[in-house]
Amino acid sequence: MKSGKALSRISLTLAILSWLALVFADLTLLFTRSNQIPSAFAEELPYILRSLYFVSLFFFYKYRIKRAEIINFVDLLWRVFVTGLLTTIFSLSLKSFDLLIGKLSQNMYVVNLFYLINLGLAGAFILSTFLVWKRLILYQKSKLLMRGWQVFEYGLFASLIFVFLPEEIVSKLFPVILTILVVIGIVMTVNMKWVAYLNFKQKWKSMLLMLLIMLYLGYFYININGFEDYPALLILHHNTTFLIGIFIFIFIYAFFSVLVILFNLPTSSVFEQKLSEVVSYQRLSQSIQTEQSEDKVYEILLDSAISTVFADAGWIEITANGQDDDAIEKYEGQYTPYSPDLLYYKFRIQDEEIADIKKNLKKDKIRNVFDFNATDRAVNYSKFQSRLKQGNFKSILALPIEVQNETIGALVLLKDVVEGFNGEMAKIAHTFVNQAGISIENFRLLTSALENERYQEELKIAKKVQKSLLPKMLDSNEDFEIIAFSKAADEVGGDYYDSYRIDENKIALIIGDVSGKGTSAAFNMSQMKGVFHSLSQLNLNSVQFFDYANMALSNCLEKTSFITASYFIIDKDNKRVDYARAGHCPTLYFSKKEGSARYFENRGLGLGILRNNKFIGYLDELTISYGKDDVMVLYTDGITEAQNFKKEEFGYVRLKNLLEKHAHKSPEEIQQEIIRELYEFSGQEKMDDDYTLIIVKFK
Amino acid sequence: MVNIDTKIEADILTLKVVGEVDASSSINLDNAINNAIKEGHKKILIDGEGMNYISSAGLGVFMSYLQDFEKHNIKMVLYGLNEKVLNVFKILGLDQLISIAESESEAKVLMND
Repeated sequence: MKSGKALSRISLTLAILSWLALVFADLTLLFTRSNQIPSAFAEELPYILRSLYFVSLFFFYKYRIKRAEIINFVDLLWRVFVTGLLTTIFSLSLKSFDLLIGKLSQNMYVVNLFYLINLGLAGAFILSTFLVWKRLILYQKSKLLMRGWQVFEYGLFASLIFVFLPEEIVSKLFPVILTILVVIGIVMTVNMKWVAYLNFKQKWKSMLLMLLIMLYLGYFYININGFEDYPALLILHHNTTFLIGIFIFIFIYAFFSVLVILFNLPTSSVFEQKLSEVVSYQRLSQSIQTEQSEDKVYEILLDSAISTVFADAGWIEITANGQDDDAIEKYEGQYTPYSPDLLYYKFRIQDEEIADIKKNLKKDKIRNVFDFNATDRAVNYSKFQSRLKQGNFKSILALPIEVQNETIGALVLLKDVVEGFNGEMAKIAHTFVNQAGISIENFRLLTSALENERYQEELKIAKKVQKSLLPKMLDSNEDFEIIAFSKAADEVGGDYYDSYRIDENKIALIIGDVSGKGTSAAFNMSQMKGVFHSLSQLNLNSVQFFDYANMALSNCLEKTSFITASYFIIDKDNKRVDYARAGHCPTLYFSKKEGSARYFENRGLGLGILRNNKFIGYLDELTISYGKDDVMVLYTDGITEAQNFKKEEFGYVRLKNLLEKHAHKSPEEIQQEIIRELYEFSGQEKMDDDYTLIIVKFK
Repeated sequence: MVNIDTKIEADILTLKVVGEVDASSSINLDNAINNAIKEGHKKILIDGEGMNYISSAGLGVFMSYLQDFEKHNIKMVLYGLNEKVLNVFKILGLDQLISIAESESEAKVLMND
C-alpha cells in the first residue's frame, strides 16, 4: 500500500500546485487584461490548470478513501461531514474577514482570489463526497453496476475537455451532455444496499449527516453563485459540466438516501433481530467445534433463545444421566419433565419457581405443554405454548430437545404477559433447539467414536497377546500326528490349547475354555498358560495337575469366572494316554479296533468352581491304551453348541458320526471335513462363540 | 432375556427362571439369588423348566454362591432342567455340587434331606 500512499501525496501536491498556478494565471490574466497588455500565455491555460486541479484532487481522494478500508458506513459519512465542516468554516471565516475589513471585495484581485479559494474548497468537498458516494453505490457491486459507473465517471472526465471546444458547440451541447450525465447519475442513485446494513441508531446518525452534507452543498451553491454578481470576476470556473454534474449527482444521492433511510427506519429492528438470529444460530453450530462440553451448547441455546424471542426468563432441563461420566450408561436416560434428577440451566429463575410452575401446570389442567408427543404440534407451532394461571409469568413456551430422535430434555421460555409467544417465535426457538440437538449429537458421536477407537485399540493389543499365547506348533512324536484349528468369535477369545514335552517319552497336552468372552477371557487364558507351563514340567499325574492348577487359579479368578480344561499325558513307552477332565467337554475317541467312536465320560469339575482342597475329590483319571489309527478329537463347546438358523445345536451325535465317517483319513482331512460340515450347518463362518478343534491321530 | 418369578411357600422360596440365561441376563439371576440370601431364606428352590439355555456366565452365578450357601447353611435345589441344560451342568461337574432333581416333588424331598 506504499504506492497508494505515495500516489495520494503526489496527487495532493499536484492539486495544490495546479490550484496555485490557476490563481497565478487568473490574476496575471486579469492584470494583463485590465492593463491592456498582451497576454503572456494562452487564454486556455486557466482552463487546463482548473481541469488539472480537479483531476488531481479526484485522484487524491480516490487513493485516500481506498486506503482507509472503512467498513462502517457511518464513519465514511462522518469523514465527508468533517471535510464539509472544515471547508465551510474556512469559507465562512474568509467571508467574515471580508465583512470585517469591508473594503477588500471592492478590489478585483481580491474578489478573484476569494472566488478561487471558494472554488478550491467547494471542489475538495464535492469530490471527496463524490468518491464516498461511489463507495456506497459500489457496495455489493455487480458487473453491470461497475460498467454503469465507469460510463458515468468517464463521461464526467470527458466533459472536462468541453471547454476547449468552440463556443457555439458548447452552448448547444452543454444541456444535452449535462442531462445525460444527470440521468446516469440518477440511475446510479438507485443503489442503496448499504442502508439495509445500518442498525437503528446508525440510521439516525446517517440521516443527520446526510442532511448536514446537503446543507453544506447548499451553502457552497449560494456562495459560489454569489460571485457571479461581481463584474470583476474574470472567468466563471464553476459553470463546468464536470462540477455541475457531480454537484447535482451528490445532492440527489444525499436526498434519496435520507428518504430511503427514513422509510427503512421502522423495519430496521426486524432486520436487526433477523441478524441476531443468524448470529445465534451460527454460534450454536460452531459451539461443537470450539467447546469441549455439552454445557456450553445448552448455555448458548438458552442465551440465544431468550434474546431472540424476548423472553423474561427461562430454563433448560436435561435428563441427568445424559451427563453421566460413565460412558456406557451415558445416553440411556429417558426424559420425563417430572423426573427428580434433571439437570437445569437457568436464566432469571429459581428452582422453587420452576417447581411451582410445573406443579401448577399439572394442577390447573391446562393442556400440558410438556406433552411432546402430541401429534398436532408438527403442524401448528403455537401449540408449543400455553397460559399460566399463577405466579409472575403468564405464558410459557416449551420445546423438546431431541438427540437422535430421542427427547433428552426441554427448553422452556417464560413471559410475564398473556399470549406472549407466537407461532413465529416458537418456530425460531425450534430451529435453535434443533441446531443444538445436532450439536449435541455430533458431540456425542465424536466422544463415542474416540472411545470406540480406544477400545478397538485395546482389543487389538489383547488379540495380539492372545494369539501369542497359542502355540504355532504342537509337540508330537513318531507315535502320533496332531493338528489344531482355532477361531475367536470376538476380537479376543477364551479358547486355549498347548503342549509340553515332559521328557523323551511323555508329551503333555491341554485344551481349555475360559468362561466369558473378550479381554477378560484372554487375560484368564494367559494365566492358564502360565499355570500349564509351570505345572506340566513337574511330571504330575493328570488329576494332581488339576488340583494344583485349581489352587493356583482360585486366587486369581474372579468370583464368577471358571476355566474348563482337559489334560492329557501321551506316554509313548507305554502306548497310553492319561486323561483328566476339569469340567471340559468330554473327549471324543475313535478306536480303530472297535470301529466306532465314543465320548469319555469320566467325572470332572471346572477349575475355580470349588476353591478348596475338596476339589480333587471330584475328578477321575482315565487311562486309554491307544492303537494304530485311533483318533482323538479335542474341542471346545463352540463346536457342539454351534446353532443353525432353527436354533438347533450341532451336537455331540453329529460330531461323533462325522468322526466315524472320516476317521480313516489324515488328521488334516478329518479336521477339514468337520469344519466344512460345521460351516454348512451353521450357514456362516462367523459364529457366536470361540471354537477350537484338535485332531490327534495315532500311528 | 430372562424372567424370574419369586414364590414363597411355607419355608421354601421358589425362583422360577424362564428364558435364556446369558452373559447379560445372568445379572438378573445373580440379583434374585443375592436377594434370597439377604432376606434370610434357608431353602431355595430353582424351577428351571422354562430355562432353555444357560451360558458359562449363568453357570458362574450358581458357582459363585456355593460357598455362601455352605456358610449360611442354605439348601438349594434345581429341578425341571431340560436335557440340554442339564448336560451343561453335568459336563462342568456342577451336578456334583448342586442338588438337581427331576421334578418339584423330588426336589422338595431332596430339600428336606
